[in-house]
Amino acid sequence: MRLGYIIPFVLFFALAVALYVGLGLKPRDIPSALIDKPVPEFNLAPVKDHKLGLKSADLKAGEVSIVNIFASWCGPCRVEHPVFMALAKTGEVALHGINYKDDPDNASNWLARYGNPYDRTGADRNGRVGIDWGVYGVPETFVIDQEGRIRYKHVGIVSQDDMKNKILPLVRELKEKK
Amino acid sequence: MNAAFRPLAALIVGFVFAAAVLAPISEVRAQSTIDKPLENPVDEKRALALHKLLRCLVCQNQSISDSNAELARDLRVLVRQRIGMGSTDEETIAYLVDRYGDWVLLDPPVKATTYVLWFGPAIMFVLALIGVIGFLRRNRTQPTIVPASLTVQEEARLKDLLDESGETNK
Repeated sequence: MRLGYIIPFVLFFALAVALYVGLGLKPRDIPSALIDKPVPEFNLAPVKDHKLGLKSADLKAGEVSIVNIFASWCGPCRVEHPVFMALAKTGEVALHGINYKDDPDNASNWLARYGNPYDRTGADRNGRVGIDWGVYGVPETFVIDQEGRIRYKHVGIVSQDDMKNKILPLVRELKEKK
Repeated sequence: MNAAFRPLAALIVGFVFAAAVLAPISEVRAQSTIDKPLENPVDEKRALALHKLLRCLVCQNQSISDSNAELARDLRVLVRQRIGMGSTDEETIAYLVDRYGDWVLLDPPVKATTYVLWFGPAIMFVLALIGVIGFLRRNRTQPTIVPASLTVQEEARLKDLLDESGETNK
């Protein structure tokens, strides 16, 4: 009988905890439908003034790679750019860029001014390849394994911390598996 | 040509020239951004209906039909293209779900992971109803407590007490 009086308090407490946790979730983090799936089929010409384009086969060539979706019009891309420059300097992992819905001149100037960290670039002028990748906000960053499967997706700015504690550990883990 | 018309003619020639030069540029821009209805009115109606079911992933709580976001526009164009190519409504939806997951649907599909979402409120309501009915019934069936009548001794004592207090008050 005493227990009956406790139940509402327990329920209230459980609800309060659930709602509190819900407050902390980021609605922008949508789970990707593409995790553990092969990269979509695509074949993009390079960004203007660059030589190497990007296609699906490049991501299935047997090495772990990172694909970064960027654009010159995207402010946050500018913020994460130094992180990718630093990564490119280490040469630890192949890094490719998909230039999403950008003007060719602007994209070329952007890379010339701030530096080009990418091994290969692909110019996705009309955003159709972006849709195939499930892109809904730039910047987005994907980790691809040796067989060309998407293993991780990061939405938004990749901070130094994200690179060090999330992306690079996964890259190393994937590399060790082979 | 009359001298008075010359500036006007030059202006027209200028416009035509500018249009000819700029046309290819705006065409390239338009490639990804044009958002015009399909010619077949039945197809267009289907496309518009699908637009209302699909979430704008940038703005999250708007459909792509309501949103001005660029991605929403691209998706509207994409839906029209798929339908124009002869895809069914289901195929078009599946195409987007493959890329963006169930999240792209404003109405989440009924499946094992969403049972709580779909049926939780109804279950809560039924449980609450059972609770309320139980509470009301218990109250009704409980006999109202009738105070037992006093014993003979108690009556006598009460009388004494009342008499006593009556005396002192006088």
